[in-house]
Order: sequence, then C-alpha cells, then structure tokens
Amino acid sequence: MDFTKLFELVVSSALINNFVFTMFLGLCIFFGVSKKMETAVGMSITFTAVMVVSAALSWVVYTFIMVPLDLTFLKIIIFIGIVAAFVQSADTIMKKVSPSLYYKLGVYLALITTNCIIIAVPLKNAGEHYNFFESMAFGLGSGLGFGLALIIMASIREKLEVADVPAPFKGLPISFILAGLIALAFTGFSGLITL
Amino acid sequence: MSLQPKSNWELVKNGMFGENTIFRMAISLCPSIAVTNGLKNGVALGVAVVFVQTMVNATISLMRNFIHPKIRIPIFMLVIAGYVTIIDLLMATYARPIYKEIGLYIQIIVAFASIFARAEVYASKNKVWSSICDGFGMGVGFLLAMIVISFFRELLGKGELFGYSLISGNPLLIMILPAGGFLAVGLLMGFFNWVDMKFFGGKGASGV
Repeated sequence: MDFTKLFELVVSSALINNFVFTMFLGLCIFFGVSKKMETAVGMSITFTAVMVVSAALSWVVYTFIMVPLDLTFLKIIIFIGIVAAFVQSADTIMKKVSPSLYYKLGVYLALITTNCIIIAVPLKNAGEHYNFFESMAFGLGSGLGFGLALIIMASIREKLEVADVPAPFKGLPISFILAGLIALAFTGFSGLITL
Repeated sequence: MSLQPKSNWELVKNGMFGENTIFRMAISLCPSIAVTNGLKNGVALGVAVVFVQTMVNATISLMRNFIHPKIRIPIFMLVIAGYVTIIDLLMATYARPIYKEIGLYIQIIVAFASIFARAEVYASKNKVWSSICDGFGMGVGFLLAMIVISFFRELLGKGELFGYSLISGNPLLIMILPAGGFLAVGLLMGFFNWVDMKFFGGKGASGV
C-alpha cells in the first residue's frame, strides 16, 4: 500500500478537483444548506462519513459481485440502490442507538440521497479502477472538499445577510456570483499535485 | 399540441417558464454549470433530460395505483435509474464524442432533484396524459435554460456557437472556466428576476 499515493488522492480530490468548484456536483445541497454555519458544519460531518462508507461498500459490490457476473452495465441502478439503502439503514440505526446524534444530524442524512456527489464518487471509482483503499481515500477527500466548500460559503453568506445587495440579486443570484469568485480562487490549486 | 385541451398546454408552459427548474425553482443546478461551456453539450444533456423526465412521469403515473406509499422512494429511484441507463447506453453507442465529455453528467441525471420531485409531486397523483405533458414541459424548461446559459458562455468564452467561430479577437476566457459558469448563472438569474420585478410585478425568486 502506498501512503503517498493515498495522501495525494485525498488532497487532489479535496482541493484541486474539488467537486463543488471544478466539477459542479452537489450544488443543490451546496446552495441549500450554506445559509448558516451550524447547518453547514452538520452537513459536512454527516456527508463525509456517508461518503467514505458508501465508497467502500460500492467498491466491494462492484469488484466481487458486478465484475464477476458481468453486470457492470447496471452500475447506475446498483450504486444508487446501495447508497439509498445505506442512508436509509444508517438513519434507522442512528435513531435507535443515538437519538441525540440523530436529532442533530438526522435531517442531513435524509437530504444526502439527492446529492449528486454521492453517486458520482462510486461511478468514478469504478471508472478509474481504484483499489479498495484508493476508493476510500477518494471518498474521504471528496467529502472533505465538499465540507470545506460548504463552510467557506456559509461563513461568507452569514456576512452577506447584512450587506446591501440590489433587489433582483438578493438570495440565490448573489450566492452564485460569490461561488464563482471562490471557484476562481480554487483554480489556483490546479497543478499543485500531478497524479 | 394545439389539439389538446388547454390545460395540458398550460401544464407544459408552467414547466417551461412558471416553474423553470433552474431559474425559478433553483434545483438540478449541477449540470447547468458543468456542461454549459458549449451549446452542443448543453443541448445534448437537455434532450436527455426531456426524455428521462417525460418517460419517468409516464411510468410513475401508470403505476401510481400499485405503488405502496411506504416504498415509493426506492421505486421512483429504480424507475429513474432504469431510464437513465437506457439513455446512457444509447449515447455511449451513438454519440461517442459527446458522451466522452458529458458521460458522467448523463449518469448523474439519476440524482436530479427535479425529476424526482415531479414524480413525487405530480405524476404519482395524476392521469397519464397530463403527467406526460407536465414532464415534457419541465424537461423543455430545463433544455431552454441550458440553451440560454451555454449560448452566452460559448459566445463570450470562445467567440463561437456550435463550434463555428463568430467573433475574432480575444474572448473572455473566464466564461468557459469553471468560475465563469457560476458567474453566468448568477447574472442571468439576477437578470430574470429584474425582468420579472420590473415588467410583471413579481417578487423575484430569491428562493433558498
């Protein structure tokens, strides 16, 4: 196992190929929950955890079931099924085992299934033929990158509440322009690591 | 469409303008930025979405009396995933060059909030034909939004439309960079809000 490679994967998926700012995935959630810092942090934690586990799960199913049985053409259906089933069971288990945690993070769990990143990561893992640990590293990096983007955005949007924005641009439009400026800053990371 | 009762046409129109997925409801935003750096890609994805949205609405509507409400979410997901797989494989076979660029985003149609939302809100409660109209209108609304965004981005960013060069000189490189997508959507959204407020007395869709 090559730790440098894994570390590079985490950094590159979190910063250089940040899902939000360079691949534009997960935007619905990104704009939806970045209004307040508290929700942004809750979402980031839940999302990163779900991401790592579902990347691992779908790698196992892909390598040991789908490839031997020649079912790879069904990958979209199977991956979305795995993610939905995992989120649903995590929801139920959390409610039973730790109601306080569920009270805090349960809402985000339900939202996660509509996040495109959750399906993009297993698809990419399969497409790039990552091994088990690389898949998990990629999942972790993507989760962290999404969290980072969410927290940056939330901290700016909290300040924006008191700013004097022209009426037609209030709300979403100004957030988009904001995201554009952050994305411009993230372009600076490109070329940091060449995989 | 003119032979249909007016209500169906109104359903289509509602999807195209009143509840336009991107500019009004602000859902399914990911592809609106990801694939709009050229008209060709934008149109290709838009057409795929029209197909999936219409077929999903039709199927869900046909099955609406047989689906138990408790397990409807996984069933909707499976129906959507089925149609996405169809369009994914079709495009992989017949439109190879485009598929290479936007393949990932075609597969991601499966997680589109707008398709799921229409199945849940409309198709699971209404008759087949009006569900088809609703789905079609929603899809076309999405397609229109994609065309508008990619028109401006390709024209300003590369000075081309559909790959034919129109403007010589230095284009604004930023418009085809990732950052430009956010800027373009933000500015267009603001512009449509402004039009709505100025001429139609609306309150603007500040949403979210």
